Amino acid sequence: MSLAQFWFVLIGILFTGYFVLEGFDFGVGMLMPILGKGSDTRRRVVLNTIGPVWDGNEVWLITAGGAMFAAFPEWYASLFSGFYLALLLLLVALILRICAIEYRAKINDPRWRAWCDAGIGIGSWVPALAWGWVFANLVRGVPLNGDRQVVGSVSDLLSPYALLGGVTTAVLFALHGAIFLALKTGGEVRDSARRAVRVLFVPAAVIAGGFALWTQLAYGSGWTWGAVAAAVLGLLAAGGATTVGRDGWAFVGTTLTIAAATVLLVGSLYPNVMPSTIDPAFDLTVDNASSSHYTLQVMSWAAVLVTPVVLIYQGWTYWVFRKRLTVEQIPAPTGLPIKRP
Amino acid sequence: MDTLDISRWQFGITTVYHFVFVPLTIGLAPLIAMMQTAWVVTGDEKWYRLTKFFGKLFLINFALGVATGIVQEFQFGMNWSEYSRFIGDVFGAPLALEALVAFFMESTFIGLWVFGWTRLPKLVHLATIWMVAIGVNASAYFIVAANSFMQHPVGARYNPETGRAELESIWALLTNNTTLAAFPHVVAGSFLTAGTFVAGIAGWWMVRNARSGDADKLEQARTMWRPAARASLVVIAVAGSAVLLTGDIQGKLMFEQQPMKMASAESLCHTETDPDFSVLTVGTHNNCDSVVHVLKVPYVLPYLAEGKFDGVTLDGVVDLQKTYNVKYGPGDYRPNLFVTYWSFRAMIGLAAGSVLLLFVGFWMTRGGRVPDQRWYSWLSLLAIPAPFLANSAGWVFTEMGRQPWAIVPNPTGDPNIRMTVQQAVSEHAPGTVLFSLIVFTLLYGVLAAVWFYLIRRYTIAGPDEPARHDGPPADEQLSFAY
Repeated sequence: MSLAQFWFVLIGILFTGYFVLEGFDFGVGMLMPILGKGSDTRRRVVLNTIGPVWDGNEVWLITAGGAMFAAFPEWYASLFSGFYLALLLLLVALILRICAIEYRAKINDPRWRAWCDAGIGIGSWVPALAWGWVFANLVRGVPLNGDRQVVGSVSDLLSPYALLGGVTTAVLFALHGAIFLALKTGGEVRDSARRAVRVLFVPAAVIAGGFALWTQLAYGSGWTWGAVAAAVLGLLAAGGATTVGRDGWAFVGTTLTIAAATVLLVGSLYPNVMPSTIDPAFDLTVDNASSSHYTLQVMSWAAVLVTPVVLIYQGWTYWVFRKRLTVEQIPAPTGLPIKRP
Repeated sequence: MDTLDISRWQFGITTVYHFVFVPLTIGLAPLIAMMQTAWVVTGDEKWYRLTKFFGKLFLINFALGVATGIVQEFQFGMNWSEYSRFIGDVFGAPLALEALVAFFMESTFIGLWVFGWTRLPKLVHLATIWMVAIGVNASAYFIVAANSFMQHPVGARYNPETGRAELESIWALLTNNTTLAAFPHVVAGSFLTAGTFVAGIAGWWMVRNARSGDADKLEQARTMWRPAARASLVVIAVAGSAVLLTGDIQGKLMFEQQPMKMASAESLCHTETDPDFSVLTVGTHNNCDSVVHVLKVPYVLPYLAEGKFDGVTLDGVVDLQKTYNVKYGPGDYRPNLFVTYWSFRAMIGLAAGSVLLLFVGFWMTRGGRVPDQRWYSWLSLLAIPAPFLANSAGWVFTEMGRQPWAIVPNPTGDPNIRMTVQQAVSEHAPGTVLFSLIVFTLLYGVLAAVWFYLIRRYTIAGPDEPARHDGPPADEQLSFAY
């Protein structure tokens, strides 16, 4: 395997980590208003399941972006300038989410919290929809010209396949989040999370199944059938385990599904990183978009040395906060009142 | 306005905004770690309350630092794609290292610190805030290394086949003399910011409690706010000296490596031997069309440039422009003289605000005194924004002083590794970039208002009462929840 291929795989792994970890963060944010309807304490239970970890989860995206810049500058440049408005939308959503989560409890006032909840909702729904749409467009190809610029209008990016990709990540993340909540909470919140899993399961299976088949038939290669099979297996395991109340195994199931779906998309992309719909000669590939050998070598050493350490301390964080959360454990609001008393 | 201007405005606005919050994070994380260490070591309750109090303010600030940082990471590719293509091989490495080494560390351990008060053993919990403090400073190192490459490219060669700059030595990149001077300057500036923040708030509270007429509050002023104020004044003293020292080293490097930047900083239009340091100029036109030096000080400039008081010849803007025209082809190689001149002076002048608080503060609290003068509480509050503004002015000077370059040619390096901002910008329609500029500016404006509101409210609310002890949780309740 060449170093460029190794880095393609590594970036695939970084995005897999991002989608698996932020997948349930987004799901939690998407479900918070539904599962916590009418009770602020229940909403806080839902939100605090990701309290200590969401920030670290988000860094997977920053690292994936940085790795892309370092290992495939041509890819980074064409993708980020080509998907300009999509990324702008994503950035606004992520900014709103970060501030809404951090500031929600700072002021003890229903309207303040409602604004923050809206921020968390937008900041979770928009990326959940946008990521699938961006990746589907990437697999499908974009109007990339000979100067490595994405040309054409926004309507080129609104194909049925790409839109289905967006819906797929949204339902999968929602399901993943519901299963995560069933695993991380107890009592009434867990019951409603399990109900959400049951409601979401069939639509998620149908939509994601359709998208996976479409991807495989139109863009896949022989071995990616394995990824399709793993995704299906994971989803079935998630459904089965939820039915018998084994939340941990259900979570393993959707984790497998999301990881396999990412592998399917990234695998279907290979050996391109950004195929052109104008002329295959304009395709950006793993070979023609990569950095120099030396840069890839340096980055490989850094990745090999540091990544295990990151995995250990992030894993430890999940271990420290492993207990289920219930409404009884949520302390009374400590925020200041909106007006000075 | 064309795409280039709008893109430059956008990068300027988003970066300056980012760097309002970042220095406070970089400086305050270690200060909070020290407060918590003082509590763990001495068991003195006041350090615990101060840790919690400044911890709250730290978190309000941290959120915006993170939120605005993501934009920076994406913006190179979005608005400066030609730059990213040319330099990604070199520039991407420190960015990726920053995320891998520093961002993971700070973001993971901040979660452990915030939620771990009753979940982790005391010493492990203390270690988490130290990890955050190390992480935020490590991230500063990597991003300053990336920026320093733009100011003084080293460790790379130009590959004519690909038309790109390629990394030759990561070691040379990470030990760039510009990095080694700029990083301590940035960190010292951040400690100055955080020290002033703590000293300002502690000073204001000290006076407030002393004037309240309440014996308990006066006691709190004496036993908690006074030690906090004096400790942070020591931080200001150390950080201020470091700012001065590293600034001087950096200035000498700049005279050597980026003469155009320093010539514009001094409004030095024509090459002179032993020019005077200009304190005030007036001019109706920019860039040496009409600049009148009103106030000048001798000997300072030769010392700043080469550490000698005489016998120093410095190049002027007009002469450098001629040299560059020969060297790099026709073009305007002059930065905005007005901005570089005044941002340099604003940086130095505003940093002096902290120094004023330092001397006055030490005098007012000498020999166990607790000041109750209203003017001192005003001075404390007014000193707080000064280092923030000085940081912004310093970065505006550094970045606008390198115009029109995105990558300034290294006078002793590969001359092919250079790029003007004109060559660096993405091929977007002006309307597209203008739209994102408006979106970011409005969003950032609203968030800045929220940030200020929260910081103000929580400063006025003061620390929690000491009753809440963090032992093992009695009823399994979380010690903190969003």
